[in-house]
Amino acid sequence: MIKAAFKMPGFTIGFILAMTFVLAALVSFFWTPFPTDIVDVPNKFQLPNRVNWLGTDHLGRDIFSMLMVGARTSIAVAVVAVGIGMGLGVPLGLAAAARKGSLLDEVIMRGNDLVFAFPALLIAILITAVFGPSAVNAIIAIGIFNIPVFARLSRGAALSLWTRDFVLSARVAGKGAVRISAEHILPNILNLLIVQGTIQFSLGILAEAALSYIGLGAQPPIPSWGRMLADSQTMASFAPHLALFPGAAIVLTVLGLNLMGDALRDLFDPKIRRGRE
Amino acid sequence: MLRYILKRLISLGLSLIAASVLIFVAIEIIPGDAAAYMLGINASPEAVAALREQIGLNQSDFTRYFDWATGMLRGDFGISYTYRVPVADMISNRLWVSLPLAMYALFLSTLIAFPIGIIAASKRGSVADWMVMGGTQLGVAIPNFWFAMLMVQLLAIKYQFFTAGGFPGWDNFWLGMKALTLPAFVLALPQASILARVMRSALLDTLTEDFMRTARAKGRTRRGALVHHALRNAMIPVLTIIGLQFSFLLAGAIIIEKIFFLPGLGSLILTAISQRDLIVVESVVMLLVFAVIVVTFVVDITYALVDPRLRRRV
Amino acid sequence: MTLLQIKNLNLSIGDTEILRDVSLTAEAGKIVAVIGESGSGKSMTAYCINQLLPRGAQVSGQVMFNGQDMLQISERELCGIRGQDIGMVFQEPMTALNPVQTIGAQVAETVLIHGAASKAEALKIARETLNRVGLPEAEFPLGRYPHELSGGQRQRVVIALAIALRPKLLIADEPTTALDVTTQAQILELLQKLVREDGMALLLISHDLGVVANVADNIAIMRRGEIVESGPVKQVFAEMNHEYTRALFAASNHVPERNAEAAEMPILKVSGLVRDYVLPRKTAFGVPPKLRAVNDVSFEVKRGESLGLVGESGCGKSTLTRAILGLDVVQSGLIEIDGQAVTAGHKVPRELRRKMQVVFQDPYGSFNPRHKVAKLVAEPFHLLDDAPKGTARRQAVEKTLIEVGMLTQDADKYIHEFSGGQRQRIAIARALIIKPELIILDEAVSALDVSIRAQILDLLAELSDRLGLSYLFISHDLSVVRAITDRVMVMKSGKIVETGETEAVFNTPKHHYTKALIDAAPVLENVR
Repeated sequence: MIKAAFKMPGFTIGFILAMTFVLAALVSFFWTPFPTDIVDVPNKFQLPNRVNWLGTDHLGRDIFSMLMVGARTSIAVAVVAVGIGMGLGVPLGLAAAARKGSLLDEVIMRGNDLVFAFPALLIAILITAVFGPSAVNAIIAIGIFNIPVFARLSRGAALSLWTRDFVLSARVAGKGAVRISAEHILPNILNLLIVQGTIQFSLGILAEAALSYIGLGAQPPIPSWGRMLADSQTMASFAPHLALFPGAAIVLTVLGLNLMGDALRDLFDPKIRRGRE
Repeated sequence: MLRYILKRLISLGLSLIAASVLIFVAIEIIPGDAAAYMLGINASPEAVAALREQIGLNQSDFTRYFDWATGMLRGDFGISYTYRVPVADMISNRLWVSLPLAMYALFLSTLIAFPIGIIAASKRGSVADWMVMGGTQLGVAIPNFWFAMLMVQLLAIKYQFFTAGGFPGWDNFWLGMKALTLPAFVLALPQASILARVMRSALLDTLTEDFMRTARAKGRTRRGALVHHALRNAMIPVLTIIGLQFSFLLAGAIIIEKIFFLPGLGSLILTAISQRDLIVVESVVMLLVFAVIVVTFVVDITYALVDPRLRRRV
Repeated sequence: MTLLQIKNLNLSIGDTEILRDVSLTAEAGKIVAVIGESGSGKSMTAYCINQLLPRGAQVSGQVMFNGQDMLQISERELCGIRGQDIGMVFQEPMTALNPVQTIGAQVAETVLIHGAASKAEALKIARETLNRVGLPEAEFPLGRYPHELSGGQRQRVVIALAIALRPKLLIADEPTTALDVTTQAQILELLQKLVREDGMALLLISHDLGVVANVADNIAIMRRGEIVESGPVKQVFAEMNHEYTRALFAASNHVPERNAEAAEMPILKVSGLVRDYVLPRKTAFGVPPKLRAVNDVSFEVKRGESLGLVGESGCGKSTLTRAILGLDVVQSGLIEIDGQAVTAGHKVPRELRRKMQVVFQDPYGSFNPRHKVAKLVAEPFHLLDDAPKGTARRQAVEKTLIEVGMLTQDADKYIHEFSGGQRQRIAIARALIIKPELIILDEAVSALDVSIRAQILDLLAELSDRLGLSYLFISHDLSVVRAITDRVMVMKSGKIVETGETEAVFNTPKHHYTKALIDAAPVLENVR
């Protein structure tokens, strides 16, 4: 399976792109070209050069180093948010499918519809209005937004599996709903979940950047791609590189993840194109 | 059909009630003492007590919710704590910036997505298809606020194609539209990319259906079968996405407004958050959620127009 | 007059060879049948005629239709011929119609595409054609949508849009396979009538010798992309020159040898069983209406007996199966398994469930594709309190696999490595592993080709002789039920309308519905 995936150019390109940023984030824990928490104002607004590969910002900090550390924030927020979405959404969806038409199903689905009426940004606004802006609140907001996405996906896929004869056989063998969900349903929707997980991961990175950009996400001094863009805005006319590089980092990461997701989807099943936003 | 609409209407009402309860709980109950929260830690106890009285915090939660909800039905959204003016007045002007912006973007998104989605599907595997797939992949990946910053730099400041920001009002319709064009375009681009991809894959799915073969056996050309049979059937997933996109566009507008200095709900809500003006936050969020729920309702009705199977289903 | 002449047709898709040197003729006013098992290339032969082939198809040879070689003319000319001179009917009436267009529009479309009439006239022609295929205006106005019609009615619409312009050739690709026997008989009759009235040629593609034996003038028998024998029906059936023809014929009429003796003591006894479904409510506050899917059903299966249950789709036989298996709770009545009663409103307890197992119809859908055969076959062990573990479990799996004619090493394979017939053997192994006394066979051989079906029926007969198994054999296929059962029940609208010894019921049916079923069922023997 993994071999087949790497035979697809889309997957390979996407994998390399995404892995570059994951690696950068990991390496940043041990090493960055320059420290990102030390301000060196005399050295501000450097254009890309041999010492500061991507130049320096308005406080003289090395942009390349900032991007490495910023990758950490983006990836952490997206991973945890997808984790929340999957961890809560998938069990809810499976439960709803196992008891289709019951009160439980109805409650879960209506709850889903309700959350769908709140775009991630509105959830973030509600949370920050009360608890103040922070990276954790951004994670929670994006995570809550992910729950109905995974709940709906797993419910829909599980429902069609529940009508299959092999599930009926398992019921004839006396197996209960929980066991059937774990043994027969979940392994068969795993592919779908992986694909959707990749997509939500990239959406999470975009959402985190947007929240940090309007000041509802990661707070100083934690570097974040979105905030770097926000900081650069007033200086864009004379230091365009400040806006260029963080944006490019976001685009490349998201592009990489989406390419991987698309390739995986084609690989797993060319007929599951539906159900994607 | 009438029963279908009625059922959707009931569901719309229930969604609104549930959403308003959720917002009310999040803003007015979770923080504990909203008055103390709004005034910050340095406020005197007298000031807090006065504010509690003013916004009715001394009543029971249920009464307060009931007053708030019925107030909104009458168009009374309360008084802004920061500006001491009715929230309804603050919202109404700004609504006429944000709502048209989202609608305009939705219109542009559909306008861009439909033709390229259809072309990509009908010429599957061709150079055009590859270009559409690659281009939309990029379109999805670009954060629209970053794209907006670049556009402002490039088109508005450097070449002066568009106004770089601000909004002249609707006194002159065309000037208003002109001010909204670049923001709407920026807002629409990622959504158009997603929509084009959905359009393409929905069409490709429909092309494999048995009835497409029936159409070909009748003597329809490939293109004829696509236009007369595939398109309408492919609209069902596409409509779902259009409905979802409206909520993304409304939310996205909050960010885009900031970049283009548009006096919309976005800038209002961001200011309100920094000023801890919970009354304004709660009203604007409710309004946006209301818009999303209404659009969902409209999409549901459109489903039934497209697909006769839904008209009878209960 | 020869209308269609296929000469030395070869077809390959990608690297796979589909058809080899196929030659076939069709004459106006005559019905030619192409018979073959799955993968024989019979449908692809049809698609070569109107050139609706999948991408990557390479064709050579000659398809002379009405004086033109269909392989040589342009796509534009082909579009002019399709629908105008060649009509086509498909296997799946449920999906062959556009769900968002009215039936009137879809029939009129054929007329409009070819510019044969104005819109108003086209609708008039559509109306007349629908009347002709047995869909009168009173019940079936043009504004009806496909989802409002039954399978048989939809197939009539498909036929209507195929014949709206009175084509010279009608191709029907398994037009009755998805339909019930009585509906099948009506559709076949309609097709014959249309051939007679319009003098068109009909190319009838089927897997069922019985279906075509009584309607076709000429027949061609296909196997693995080749025509092995062809000619007038009577002659082919009388001579049977090719061994495959003989094998196919034998398999279609196969009756397995059975020696099991039924004991008096019933293993399963059902009395007064009722199962209601709650339908969606019609008004907001009204009591939701109920559908009585199983209505006061009583019967018993004796030990060692094979009892048949025959009925058309929607008669309630699946619901009955689910109730017996303990998957659904019944509203009233009594189920006794091996002398122990389960009353209405209760689930069948585990210790009784172990005495029953089931084999389903679809050999592709009844296995979890992510498990190996060993795990799949061992699944019913879940019902035992002292299920074997480790090596003992493995040995039990291997022993059962051998019992159904598979190999021990098959236990380590995944299900996609097996053919349909092999999968059905594995399904039987899964049912056997906990040594049940009753096996419910829910359309267990319906999806199989006739030659495979004959083998599976033999296996079932042998197993019941050796292990003293009882069968409840549920099927819509009368010939299969006749071959494998001792007694038979006929079910209609939730009720058992007739029960009796199988031969007696088939020879002298008492209930008029049983008579109708037996009359409608295609019988091979009449031809000879």
